[in-house]
Amino acid sequence: MRDTSVLQRLLLQDKPGKILLGCLCGLVVLVPIFNLLVPADSFFHVPTYVVTLLGKYLCFAILALALDLIWGYCGILSLGQGAFFALGGYAMGMYLMRQIGDRGVYGNANLPDFMVFLNWQELPWYWTGFDHFGFAVLMAVLVPGVLAFVFGWLAFRSRVTGVYLSIITQALTYALMLAFFRNDMGFGGNNGLTDFKEILGCDLQSSTTRVVLFVVTVITLALSYFLCKYITISKLGRVLVSIRDAESRTRFMGYRVEHYKLLVFVISAVLAGIAGALYVPQIGIINPSEFNPLNSIEIVIWVAIGGRGTLYGAVLGALLVNYGKTYFTGGIFAEFWLFILGALFIVTTIYLPRGVVGVADNWLALRRQKRLLLAAAPVEQV
Amino acid sequence: MTQAHSAVKSILYLNGVTKTFDGFKAINNLCLDIRPGELRAIIGPNGAGKTTMMDIITGKTKPDVGEVVFRDSIDLTQHDEADIANLGIGRKFQKPTVIESLSVWENLELALAGKRNVFQTLFFRLTQAQAHRVDEILALIGLPARRDDLARNLSHGQKQWLEIGMLIIQAPQLLLVDEPAAGMTDYETMETAKLLKNISKDHSVVVVEHDMEFIRALDSRVTVLHEGSVLAEGRLDVVQKDQRVIDVYLGR
Repeated sequence: MRDTSVLQRLLLQDKPGKILLGCLCGLVVLVPIFNLLVPADSFFHVPTYVVTLLGKYLCFAILALALDLIWGYCGILSLGQGAFFALGGYAMGMYLMRQIGDRGVYGNANLPDFMVFLNWQELPWYWTGFDHFGFAVLMAVLVPGVLAFVFGWLAFRSRVTGVYLSIITQALTYALMLAFFRNDMGFGGNNGLTDFKEILGCDLQSSTTRVVLFVVTVITLALSYFLCKYITISKLGRVLVSIRDAESRTRFMGYRVEHYKLLVFVISAVLAGIAGALYVPQIGIINPSEFNPLNSIEIVIWVAIGGRGTLYGAVLGALLVNYGKTYFTGGIFAEFWLFILGALFIVTTIYLPRGVVGVADNWLALRRQKRLLLAAAPVEQV
Repeated sequence: MTQAHSAVKSILYLNGVTKTFDGFKAINNLCLDIRPGELRAIIGPNGAGKTTMMDIITGKTKPDVGEVVFRDSIDLTQHDEADIANLGIGRKFQKPTVIESLSVWENLELALAGKRNVFQTLFFRLTQAQAHRVDEILALIGLPARRDDLARNLSHGQKQWLEIGMLIIQAPQLLLVDEPAAGMTDYETMETAKLLKNISKDHSVVVVEHDMEFIRALDSRVTVLHEGSVLAEGRLDVVQKDQRVIDVYLGR
């Protein structure tokens, strides 16, 4: 069993993973067909806004996956994961801003509208390069990665753990929110970046572009899942669990705990950044509220409700909660959504420590037991 | 292992070690010399500084003054826990600490001597010889039947054994064992003493313990700690007759 190839371990021995992959494949094939090929008046037509909504959920699923990797497996409860998501989003937003060109309200080809409004004469140095898509993507990965590296290096080296780490990650995202709210930062202040027109020369409003963005998101989610899966089934994954369960024991075994934490923290931040970069072109806006500490706490709730330490649970949790959010905030329950979310979190923490996935597991185990009992019954009679 | 032993005069040497916590001298001018291949028991009343001593040797705590030397030449005060573990000092905690959510087998695999670098760990593949070694240790600690069970489902005594197994498979030259018999049944206590004596054939072992029956079963040289320094040292029967030791243990 232990000599199987990597691919085999990744795919064949991971039933929930196979189901997830199957669903994603289905989405990749069906959503474009039902959106682009089925006529708009048909019952089966999937409107473009639904495609975008699904794409948004899947971006959140990537984000949840990133948090589950560090929280579920390594016990790092980051309450600032939204910061990396927002940074990735801003990097992409800056590129989209530059693509507007002279089609802005002020028609200035060299400066984004908000800079013209602020009476700025030239582009700040840190906007250089964002005319290029490749550079923006690189920054969406690098900026969160480098920030996580520096922050993690300082925190983990000083052995900041548990609730203290949660608090400083929360402070990090809060500080960034305050910074990005300022107009002089050159990121559009509280309005953020919006009014995007094109990505790589394609109209962002067109269904085709939306569908392509959606497909890219699905593929990214699948790849992220496999990356996380590969990490968690490797020996490194077991070291992570060991750090979560008994950190100082792991040190005395000779593992440099801070290096392990740093690696997954950076990977997690990069995944969050990528999710943010995919989110912004689909949603069409990025503003400092994405840094809001509440957003980061919500990610924790998705993972907790889905079931932490399972990866697919995080994906499921993100999809379920966000679908719930769309459903409830659209109806008469709109005012109560935060209460519902809070109640869900409390109920999950107290009664379902392993989340929805845990409930499903227990149910399956019960059924299996029953079947075994039934199978065994005739033998007993003899 | 034996060749390495013969090359050095002392495996662990503490000289004039002092550690103060908020004005309280947990360790006070402590001197200790463990020879290669020695099995040494350390006893002492609560607060004698046994655990602090372990912390200092394994790099968890830095002493205020004093020398802590491993294998004649390595200054342990300059290294951290992971370094010291890789240098060849294994530590067993008072409370059994195994990785609860991993299986018995995985616990041993994790502790298995080898490269501890992040990327080497990510791409690690177990060799046949290593798998064999894990099975060997599994047999030594008497848990082959539980290999695929999660460590959290083991009994208290079995966890202690698993942890000792994890120590051995780490291939240390010196083992520090903190109260291995705490909370064990009489039978388990004696089995543990046997296990440690067995291990001490090719490792140096330092055992901290309260249980006198256990110490007697170990049949080794005994060091009595009191208020952070050595009160007496020698065979158990000699030490037990020492008036100062009797005073410390029974009160004045």
